[in-house]
Amino acid sequence: MNFITQIFNVFNDQFLKMTWLYELVKSLVENVFRIDYSSKLGGSIHFFIYDTIKIFILLSVLIFAISYIQSYFPPERTKKILGGIKGVKGNILGALLGTITPFCSCSSIPIFIGFTSAGLPIGVTFSFLISSPMVDLASFLLLMSFFGPKIAAAYVIVGLILAVIGGTLIDKFCLEKHVEGYVKEIENVDVEVEEMTRKERISYSKDQVKEIINRVWLYILIGVGIGAAIHNWIPQSVIQNVIGQNNPFSVVLATLVGIPMYADIFGTLPIAEALFGKGVGIGTVLAFMMAVTALSLPSMIMLSKVVKPKLLGIFITIVSIGILIIGYLFNAFAYLII
Amino acid sequence: MIVKILGTGCANCTKLEENTKKAIESLEIDATIEKVTDFKDIMSYGVMKTPALVVDEKVKFNGRVPSPDEIKKYL
Repeated sequence: MNFITQIFNVFNDQFLKMTWLYELVKSLVENVFRIDYSSKLGGSIHFFIYDTIKIFILLSVLIFAISYIQSYFPPERTKKILGGIKGVKGNILGALLGTITPFCSCSSIPIFIGFTSAGLPIGVTFSFLISSPMVDLASFLLLMSFFGPKIAAAYVIVGLILAVIGGTLIDKFCLEKHVEGYVKEIENVDVEVEEMTRKERISYSKDQVKEIINRVWLYILIGVGIGAAIHNWIPQSVIQNVIGQNNPFSVVLATLVGIPMYADIFGTLPIAEALFGKGVGIGTVLAFMMAVTALSLPSMIMLSKVVKPKLLGIFITIVSIGILIIGYLFNAFAYLII
Repeated sequence: MIVKILGTGCANCTKLEENTKKAIESLEIDATIEKVTDFKDIMSYGVMKTPALVVDEKVKFNGRVPSPDEIKKYL
């Protein structure tokens, strides 16, 4: 058992946390730039270079591996798998498939229409739509790199629970009639596409890496920049008072700030990391990340084209309340996982 | 042969159109390319992830942009 723990620690330190890179950048700052690592400037430069390189390495490797797995689960296939399952089981499966089905806010309309026209309960579709941007394999491994395995596992588990409960509630409220009329008129068609060969899967995965990096690199740099500023320039007392344990509304504030922000988990992590380092509660940090990824303005605008305002409002309300509960629970029980 | 490119006009759809044109040229076959941009029409093919290539009303692949060489085998 000891041996396994050791192997795991080496894997976690060298591959996910990249302690070697940490030391390398540290000596770069000290010996090449000749800036004291413990000074404000030195610390910021170190944070910026180390985090940027780390995120881009992890991103490339993870997106490649995950795209390869995802090439077996296109949404068309997910739809077929979900088709025959009823009740809460459908919500659970919808949430789980959300973690492996490729998703970006631009495809939420076709996915919504496809699922609905196939006769899936809208609750199952919403379980899928909540979990898909929020929880996936890449975010799990990245969280492991930044916060360690316990917090990563906790994030994924509560994310899935939120998706299942959110979807189930939407089912219970019988909101089917609040789907825009034209959606139901679209006929359900199952498409049979030839299986990809291994070579095609590899080139698809490479394309995904290029495409995603192209889309998110700016957000990552901005995220790391904000993270570096928080890390070294904003006094701990200010952060503690605004969103730290001193402010009982910290979780509410973090959620409200996070909702309109549009970034994916990769740009959000460095900010979350810096806040956590400054003593902000883990629940507040998780609430911020979930609000950024699960509820973003572009995906709300997309969804508003297929559902009526009332249903959209209920969806936003349920997810927000869920995130708030998760945030406060994590702050209250943080001592169990840290 | 009628080749249709399904996609709402994203960058990938344009790329797929270019690659398909190249594939058609190098095969020297007689094919017309049509673009399907209305998403209700796209949905009628059962496609949820664009872009997609449809040859004689059959979906060949979707959600990716293969190279011209790869596209040849679908034509």
